[in-house]
Amino acid sequence: MEKQKRPVFLNLWQIRFPITAIMSILHRLTGVLLFLAIPFFIYALQASLYSESGFQTVIHYADSALIKITLLFLTWSLLHHLLAGVRYLLLDIDLGIERQQAKLTAWLVIILALGLLLVFAGACL
Amino acid sequence: MRGVLTGLNAWVLQRASAVYLLLFTLLMPAYIFYLDIESFAKWNSFILSPVVSISWILFFVSLLAHAWVGIRDVVIDYVHSFKLRLFILSIVALYLIAMMFWVLRILFISSGVAT
Repeated sequence: MEKQKRPVFLNLWQIRFPITAIMSILHRLTGVLLFLAIPFFIYALQASLYSESGFQTVIHYADSALIKITLLFLTWSLLHHLLAGVRYLLLDIDLGIERQQAKLTAWLVIILALGLLLVFAGACL
Repeated sequence: MRGVLTGLNAWVLQRASAVYLLLFTLLMPAYIFYLDIESFAKWNSFILSPVVSISWILFFVSLLAHAWVGIRDVVIDYVHSFKLRLFILSIVALYLIAMMFWVLRILFISSGVAT
């Protein structure tokens, strides 16, 4: 394929970010984080299924502060990624496509993800 | 690099897998919470029951397909050297395929299909 010389500017330190862009970059960032977290969850699944003691170990580790904080961070990642993803699916079918609506829903995604995280944190800690 | 996981196909795959992942991440934890699974025996028989284990395998298939398209988009945006891009995408593909086999191995060994 022939290389097209179209202007591409992706320097993250120089682009000015509207709220929709912040929501979008968080969607990517959380996606990459969740991608990297996959083996840890599979490992926990393995340990929890192979033996009684493994099952207890997973529960024991899930109770430690460091793991809890990590899990809450990943929970936020999942919440943000999921909500932003739903927003994109709705945009795909032309819902919320107007600029004002798009800005509003971007705020909604960010705030709702943090709000739900607080609910989870309150339930877990 | 043309194929089932690129272009419009990738776009459709990303959305379709997203819908399954969305439903699974909402329903599966809620179901586990509802069943109040607190013992190893309960957990084991729950996960390894046919419907649940298949739904988990479908979850991982969707997850890995979804992750592939997403990570590929990020890599294409930020890695411009063709060789480096190919290298990173190869590592990502191997990583995802390894994850898939790992999950299948766990579920098959745990259910006694393989030892």
